[in-house]
Amino acid sequence: MSDRAMTLISANNISVQHSHVAALQNVSLTLDAGEIVTIVGPNGSGKSTLLRVIIGALQPDQGTVTRAPNLRIGYVPQKLAIDATLPMTVRRFLSLPRRISDADADAALAAAGVDHTSNQQMAALSGGQFQRVLLARAILTRPNLLILDEATQGLDQPGSANFYRQIDAVRQDLGCAVLMVSHELHVVMSASDRVICLNGHICCEGAPDVVTAAPAYRELFGSGTGGALALYRHDHDHHHDHHHH
Amino acid sequence: MLDDFLIRAALAAVGTATAAGLMGCFVVWRRMAYFGDATAHAAVLGVALSLAFATSVLWGVIFVAVLMAVLIHYLSVRGQTIDTMLGVLSHGALAIGLVAVSLVPGSRIDLDAYLFGEVLTVTRMDVAVIWGGTLLVSLVIWRHWQALLTATLSPDLAYAAGVNPRREQLILTLLLAVIVAVAIKVVGALLITALLIIPAAAARGLTRSPEAMAATSVAIGAVSALGGLRAAITFDTPVGPSIVCVALLLFVLATISRKFMPNGS
Repeated sequence: MSDRAMTLISANNISVQHSHVAALQNVSLTLDAGEIVTIVGPNGSGKSTLLRVIIGALQPDQGTVTRAPNLRIGYVPQKLAIDATLPMTVRRFLSLPRRISDADADAALAAAGVDHTSNQQMAALSGGQFQRVLLARAILTRPNLLILDEATQGLDQPGSANFYRQIDAVRQDLGCAVLMVSHELHVVMSASDRVICLNGHICCEGAPDVVTAAPAYRELFGSGTGGALALYRHDHDHHHDHHHH
Repeated sequence: MLDDFLIRAALAAVGTATAAGLMGCFVVWRRMAYFGDATAHAAVLGVALSLAFATSVLWGVIFVAVLMAVLIHYLSVRGQTIDTMLGVLSHGALAIGLVAVSLVPGSRIDLDAYLFGEVLTVTRMDVAVIWGGTLLVSLVIWRHWQALLTATLSPDLAYAAGVNPRREQLILTLLLAVIVAVAIKVVGALLITALLIIPAAAARGLTRSPEAMAATSVAIGAVSALGGLRAAITFDTPVGPSIVCVALLLFVLATISRKFMPNGS
C-alpha cells in the first residue's frame, strides 16, 4: 500500500457555533489512510457536528478542512428516517445517487452481511438489517474512508457487536480508513488505532488503552466501562472468521 | 380542434395534473404541503399586482410565487421548524392578496376564477403556457431525479455523495412556483395543494418504488382531471373542486384496495 501513510483528511482548528453556543472549539484532527479512529464523547459533545464538517455538510465558523484529492467517503449516517410515503426497495436505495449494476449491488449487500434483501422495502427491514444496508451503500464506491456516525444506535448489544465485526471484515477487505463516532463505549474502542475523546474540544486522544486510563476520559465516562470493553476484546479475539446472519 | 372549449379545458386540466402529479410526490415525501399552500396563496397577491400594473396575470403570479418560494427557502436555512412562519406567510399573503384585488381601481374582476379556477375559459395561449410549464417541470425533475431523491432521503447522505441538497431543494421550490402559476387557471389558488398531494398519496399504497409512485401519481392526476371535467359538465358543478373530488374518490379507492392487497407495502 503505497498510500498508507497518506493523509486523507486534516481538519485544523475547527470551531462551530450553534445559535451562539459553541459546539466545537478549536478541534484539529488528522486521518491517515487505513487508520481506525473512534471519536467518543457524551451526547451533545459535538461528535456529529464534527462529522458533518468532515463530510462537508456543515461549514465551520472557523478553521479549515483539507481533503486528499483521491478521497472517497463512504458515509453511514446515525439513522435514516425514510418517510413512510416514500416507497424504496433496498436495490433502488443502493442506486442513489449513482446507478449501479446488479452485480455490484449484490456484492455490496453480501459484504455487508445482508444478501437477498434486494427486493425488500427499506421500511420492512429490521434495525440491524437497515444499518447493514446503509453500510452496503457506503462501500459501493470502494471508499478509502468509511465514516460511521453512531451507526449502532438502536441495536441491542449483541447486534451492535455483530455490526462492528462486519465493519471490521469490510475494512480488511477494502483497506479503508474508518472514522467512527460513538457514545457507547462497549465494543468500539479496542479495535481502534486511535481514540479521540471529545467534549466540545478534544479532551484527550491516543491509543485505546492510553485514553481509557486518562483522567479526562475518566472524568467524562467514569471507570465503569472496563467490563464491556473486555467483553468485546474477547469477542474480537475469537471471531475473525466470517459471520452469517 | 382546439376551437372546442372542452378540448382546450381537457388539455389544460391534464397538463396541470401531470405536472402536479409528478411534483406532488416530492411535496408528499418532503412534507412540503404547507409550503405549497403558501406559494399558492401568494399567487392571489400576484393576481392583484398584475391587475394594478396592467401586466399579464401569468407573470404577476410567477413573480410573486417565486418571491414567496425563495423567501421560504431562505427562512428554512436555519433548519428550525418553520411551520408557524409558513402559516403566517401563507394566510398573510392570501389576505393581502384579497384586499389588494378589491383596492385595484375600476376592476370588478371575478376573483372566484383565481381562487377556484376557471378551466372552461382557457384560451389556446393558456393551454400552450400550461403545457410549456408542464414540460419544463417534467424535464427538470427528470434530469435531477437521482439527486432529488438522494437529497429527499437525507441531506447528509447527499452531502457525503457530493450532491448539494440545498440546491436541489431550491430547484423544487422554484418548480413549485411554476406549477402554481400554471395551475391557478385550472384548479385555483385554494385547491392547488390538493392536486399536488392527493394523487401522490393515492399512488403511495399501490407502488413499491419512487418511479412507480411518480408514474401512478401522474396517471391518477390525469384521470382525476378528465373525470372531474366530465363530472362538472354532467352535474353543472365547478370544475376545479370536481377534479379534486374525483382525485379524492380515487384516493379512497386506492386506500381500500390496499387493504385487500397484503403484498403491497
